[in-house]
Amino acid sequence: MPLENKELVNLYRTMLTIRRFEERVSKEFFDGNVRGYVHLYIGEEAIATGVCANLLLTDRIVSHHRGHGHCIAKGADIRLMMAEIFGKKTGYCKGKGGSMHIADFGVGMLGANGIVGAGLPIACGAATAAQLEGKNGVAAVFFGDGGVHEGEFHEAMNLASIWKLPLIFVCENNFYAVNTPSKYAIAIDEIYKRAAAYSMPGMVVDGNDVVAVHQAAREMVKQAREGGGPSFLEARTYRWHGHFESRMSTDSRPPEELAAWKKKCPVEAMERKLLAAGVLTEAQLKEMNSQILGRIEEAVKFAKDSPFPAPEDALEDVYST
Amino acid sequence: MREITYRQAGNEAIIEEFRRNKKTVHMSADLPADLRQEFGEARIRVTPVSESAMVGAAIGLAGSGYRTVANIRMATFGFVAMDQFMNQAAKITYMFGGQARFPILYRMTNGLGSSAAAQHSINPYSMFMNVPGLKILLPSTPYDVKGLLKTALRDDNPVISFEHMGLGGVKGAVPEEDYTIPFGQADIKRKGTDVTVVALSKMVHDVLAVAEELSKEGISVEVIDPRTLVPLDRETIRKSVAKTGRLVAVDEACQTCGAAAEILSLVVEDTKTFERLRAPTKRVCGLDVPVPFSPLMEQYVVPDREKITAAIREVMAYQGK
Ligand SMILES: Cc1ncc(C[n+]2csc(CCOP(=O)(O)OP(=O)(O)O)c2C)c(N)n1
Ligand SMILES: [Mg+2]
Repeated sequence: MPLENKELVNLYRTMLTIRRFEERVSKEFFDGNVRGYVHLYIGEEAIATGVCANLLLTDRIVSHHRGHGHCIAKGADIRLMMAEIFGKKTGYCKGKGGSMHIADFGVGMLGANGIVGAGLPIACGAATAAQLEGKNGVAAVFFGDGGVHEGEFHEAMNLASIWKLPLIFVCENNFYAVNTPSKYAIAIDEIYKRAAAYSMPGMVVDGNDVVAVHQAAREMVKQAREGGGPSFLEARTYRWHGHFESRMSTDSRPPEELAAWKKKCPVEAMERKLLAAGVLTEAQLKEMNSQILGRIEEAVKFAKDSPFPAPEDALEDVYST
Repeated sequence: MREITYRQAGNEAIIEEFRRNKKTVHMSADLPADLRQEFGEARIRVTPVSESAMVGAAIGLAGSGYRTVANIRMATFGFVAMDQFMNQAAKITYMFGGQARFPILYRMTNGLGSSAAAQHSINPYSMFMNVPGLKILLPSTPYDVKGLLKTALRDDNPVISFEHMGLGGVKGAVPEEDYTIPFGQADIKRKGTDVTVVALSKMVHDVLAVAEELSKEGISVEVIDPRTLVPLDRETIRKSVAKTGRLVAVDEACQTCGAAAEILSLVVEDTKTFERLRAPTKRVCGLDVPVPFSPLMEQYVVPDREKITAAIREVMAYQGK
């Protein structure tokens, strides 16, 4: 079933929001307003967007270190995200997490995660909860091509399969783990083929085509909701920025490779599609863009105007009371 | 009052709390037949031998509203899941700014004494004490294990209960009616006036036997069982030492950076208590070697009644300058 125009516009809006949000985060980083490890998702927006568009507010996701896109796609508040990235008291985690640990349990975003592969077992728990709730809920977990080499990946894939968990494994294959090519790191030729070892359907999709991602994920989510168990989606894409924002770039990927992928920009591709199909006009696109920029400006203002936590706030929240 | 074993008492705690609260899940690698029979397959889950998946899934379940028990069995197996314990369970409450609760009970057996050799014999609680965010139980009697586990099952934090493998068959009085034991409340297992002995886990029983023997010589030993290492009842220990002026800490774990060191520190760093000391504080701990297999060696590397007695005599004999 083809997507309705309204849905296509929503996909585009989400991708563009992620793109503009992260462009701004990058600027704020190099302006010296943001510290620490900031892993940007620019170039990969179609994956989080396409997958999460199939999820309900009550469905849950678990993300990884490159998590801003997943947060936005699942419906997190960009003001609270920005404030967290700035280390402010008003942020999602009161400044205790930063870019790598944004979570919003209220929208089913169970956290970005700084440890490669660690989100997968946690997602198994979220999916088990969905199964126990018996309301056809599902969970999705995002990880990179590097994540598939952790033991936790294999334990989680196997567990999800034998328990028939309603869980979608989404591998964001951007072809590198930092600078290590995924082709080098994997013993078989294709990542998605690993799914077969766990008796779950696995497929590969163009991760820069939001509609293709959406469609692939839709089938998987449907199967999971109907009790058919987990699936594995490998979405191929490319990261435009260095592994994380840094003045001392150690990016050793070939520049021509990046240039070629930039021509396959997921946001622009969707934009062209919407224009060609007459879903949106140039003027409407412009309007949407400035609306998004306005929201981001507001988020940055909120972050900048917010106070830092007091030093002794560091002692709070070690335990729930 | 009726007497039941330590093992039964722990089991009763789980059963009673699972009856009280339907949103509870149990995971273990072997089937607990009695639990399965009463609570069914959905809640009583058997995992493959996948400790990371189990420990992590407990986090995802808890973060999704299900109170979860994960029985790891031997603490050495828990090391396989160290990422999930140390990077995830211990930190999620804090890292996410306290926005979600993680009611989890992890159970592991600790200790040695049955020629299980190094990979099945360990007392690793001080490692976990050093990573804030986990609560740590060290029950030594049937009464304590039931009361502490029941409290754990009403607490909203990740809790690890280390249950000594040598205690499973030990019998003790346990009331039929519902009770809980607050965390952070040490139990004075025997009152005394000459020397305070803080004993951990199974050592409580050895120290009590020694105290009984020494009482025949007129040495009055006060035996304190902290019962929970996190939170630790500093007050009760300091108060006792202020009274007796002497402290011996007895722990089966290796000595270096162990819980016994922490117990000595909290006494000597407190000026008021320090000023009451009449002798140097002493530790009787496991020797700093991996646990050997052959029985004579195994017995040699852990505290026994002889070593405990010698340490108490030594602090009693101390005359100063
Ligand atoms: C267990 C662990 N090992 C190493 C790292 C350091 N590290 C952070 S991201 C990363 C690469 C991950 O690559 P991938 O999973 O492909 O994700 P990508 O960064 O490409 O999105 C590494 C090695 C880590 N955070 N955790
Ligand atoms: Mg990668």
